[in-house]
Amino acid sequence: MTTFRTDLLLCGGTGCRASGSIQIKEALMRELARQKLDTEIRIIETGCNGFCAQGPIMIVQPDNIFYQKLKVEDIPNLVEEHFLKGRPVKKLFYKEPASAATIPSMDDIPFYSKQKLIVLRNRGAVDPENIDEYIARDGYIGLGKALLEMTPEQIIAEVKTSGLRGRGGAGFPTGLKWEFASRSKGDVKYALCNADEGDPGAFMDRSVLEADPHAVLEGMIIAGKAIGAHQGYIYCRAEYPLAIKRLGIAIRQARNYGLLGKDILGSGHDFDIEVYKGAGAFVCGEETALMQSLEGRRGMPRSRPPFPAQQGLWKKPTVLNNVETYANIAQIIQNGGAWYASIGTETSKGTKVFALTGAVSNIGLVEVPMGISLREIIFDIGGGIPKKRKFKAVQLGGPSGGCVPEQYLDTPVDYESIMKVGAIMGSGGMIVMNDQTCMVDMARFFMDFIQDESCGKCTPCREGTRRMLQILEKITQGLGEPADLDLLEELSHMIKNSALCGLGQTGPNPVLSTLRYFRHEYEAHIYEKRCPAKRCVKLLKFEVDPEKCIKCGICFKGCPAKAIEWKKKEPALILKDKCIKCMTCITNCPADAIS
Amino acid sequence: MAKLTIEDLKKLRDSAKKSTALREGETSVKVTVHMGTCGIAAGAREVMDALLQEVTEAKRSDIRVITSGCMGMCSSEPNVTVEISGNEPVIYQHMDRNRMRQVFKRHVLLGEVQTDFALARVK
Ligand SMILES: Cc1cc2nc3c(=O)[nH]c(=O)nc-3n(C[C@H](O)[C@H](O)[C@H](O)COP(=O)(O)O)c2cc1C
Repeated sequence: MTTFRTDLLLCGGTGCRASGSIQIKEALMRELARQKLDTEIRIIETGCNGFCAQGPIMIVQPDNIFYQKLKVEDIPNLVEEHFLKGRPVKKLFYKEPASAATIPSMDDIPFYSKQKLIVLRNRGAVDPENIDEYIARDGYIGLGKALLEMTPEQIIAEVKTSGLRGRGGAGFPTGLKWEFASRSKGDVKYALCNADEGDPGAFMDRSVLEADPHAVLEGMIIAGKAIGAHQGYIYCRAEYPLAIKRLGIAIRQARNYGLLGKDILGSGHDFDIEVYKGAGAFVCGEETALMQSLEGRRGMPRSRPPFPAQQGLWKKPTVLNNVETYANIAQIIQNGGAWYASIGTETSKGTKVFALTGAVSNIGLVEVPMGISLREIIFDIGGGIPKKRKFKAVQLGGPSGGCVPEQYLDTPVDYESIMKVGAIMGSGGMIVMNDQTCMVDMARFFMDFIQDESCGKCTPCREGTRRMLQILEKITQGLGEPADLDLLEELSHMIKNSALCGLGQTGPNPVLSTLRYFRHEYEAHIYEKRCPAKRCVKLLKFEVDPEKCIKCGICFKGCPAKAIEWKKKEPALILKDKCIKCMTCITNCPADAIS
Repeated sequence: MAKLTIEDLKKLRDSAKKSTALREGETSVKVTVHMGTCGIAAGAREVMDALLQEVTEAKRSDIRVITSGCMGMCSSEPNVTVEISGNEPVIYQHMDRNRMRQVFKRHVLLGEVQTDFALARVK
């Protein structure tokens, strides 16, 4: 064994890879070898660290230094200065946007300091492709306890005590679900993991699988013991190649150690797991459609009952849980349900992972205790709205959810409180919107998605969402009529009440919640043929208001079509025959002078 | 690989912890090798090399080896600072492989300050 003096924990999540972490790794290897430091310093490629907007990210231990936005050109200097001579490179530290202060240590960065990590406890700290690193952090110890010291009833009781609710969206109590399945008769049962993650803008489950696949496996094996199942399947969309690769490695390593397979840890319990690649249809995240797809058929939902706990995959009793739900289980078994239940609110226990994205400074993955306010997530952890723009609303639960406007930002994150303001906890998508977002257009975007993803089996969803989309398109094109709003509401309620599965039943939610809070924007489109957020191209004239123009020339410099005339100290002029209506000038104008 | 029992799992955990200990922040001894240009010219890299070998042999996961810049005492390089938690740091001067080994074995492991090479105790 060689002793390394320094570990370089380089983020190898999909986000950081996209911003170049593989090239950074190669450059580091080259430079460390050149300086002959490769026997003293080790590079560990970790899963998603969470702070994706600042990628590629690297944490240096034991110095506890956080480097961000690394570029290949920075590496030779970094290796020489910090890793050889011990002088951390300030230029690559995180800069707090508000105060412009540089912060060298990860724990002091506000993005991290307000989070509470249970599901993501190993993020950025272990090599997800090395089971020993998971074990070093007490991995599989919870499994040992569940298999050797607990009965199925005790496991279920512990999960019930924890108050854990499903993290896939609906929030059904996990312990109860397991109890139903455990009471179903049958010697063949299944424990399934839902890694379909179809909500646009969401990447919680992907990041958990990439950063800590063993946490999910461990949760599934424990579920197997609780309900009496010996086979598990992970249904993961094929668009997640890195997650699938790391799951495959994790399963192989767990089998090697006998943590999957026959007689696990000498307990007499058998359990094995396979990964099934889904084709990435949103409806296949719905539980009955997922099981159809797993059976090799076209993924379409069926009516319930029978519920999967009685008749699921291959008509056998089945438990389906979300990735994040499973990733909590080993911690609950190891530390006790009461420990978990001590975090959170009356009805919502533990933590929730959110994929924070949109018009927010710190885009990334955050895990927060239940009960924290939306304002704290968006403004303290998320760093607020960039470019001095104003907050408008935040969309929770993606296409199945709703938006929360400014006046309800102090709502605590808790299933019931969020429901009360017209949104849902959802699976963790959190899209922040600023004053440049048109709420009608946002509703149209999600309806377009729902209409596209509707499987077509039931009429209300197939036909109803199409009608709703047509009306929304009409309104954004300036062709809306006064009766349209009533019609949208009527259709929404009809689809919600009669669709076969959750896709249709929740699909109208974005329309209903924008109608509730931003009806005036719909009305401006219909009655005044005006888009208040200036996003709907058909309702824009592309003219500069000379009174408002501050003659700065930003529009002139940004125009890709050279369609703007401008001279110093003179207002700009848009040449209509050259303008391609790309909106660059409108988006960038600091004086809001173009409409 | 044979199937693990729970005892094997716990043993594996304890040995794996040694390899990842660097990241966990449990430190009882910090040894700093000063690696300014002057330190490196005077042989600080060999000192580091010897130090890491010693740490490996000692099988202790609570010892951190770090580098830092020049201390401004170029004429006494290579310099090494040993800091045992709860004690004042001790700076050693004119270090080489052998002196490093001695300091490690006697001071780091046994707590005996090697006054022959010590430059100062930092107050
Ligand atoms: C259209 C639709 C899509 C869904 N997509 C997902 C998904 O991608 N991931 C997920 O975990 N649950 C999804 N669900 C919820 C699942 O049907 C199911 O409730 C969940 O996987 C159960 O796990 P949990 O109790 O751990 O949340 C979806 C539901 C519907 C109606």
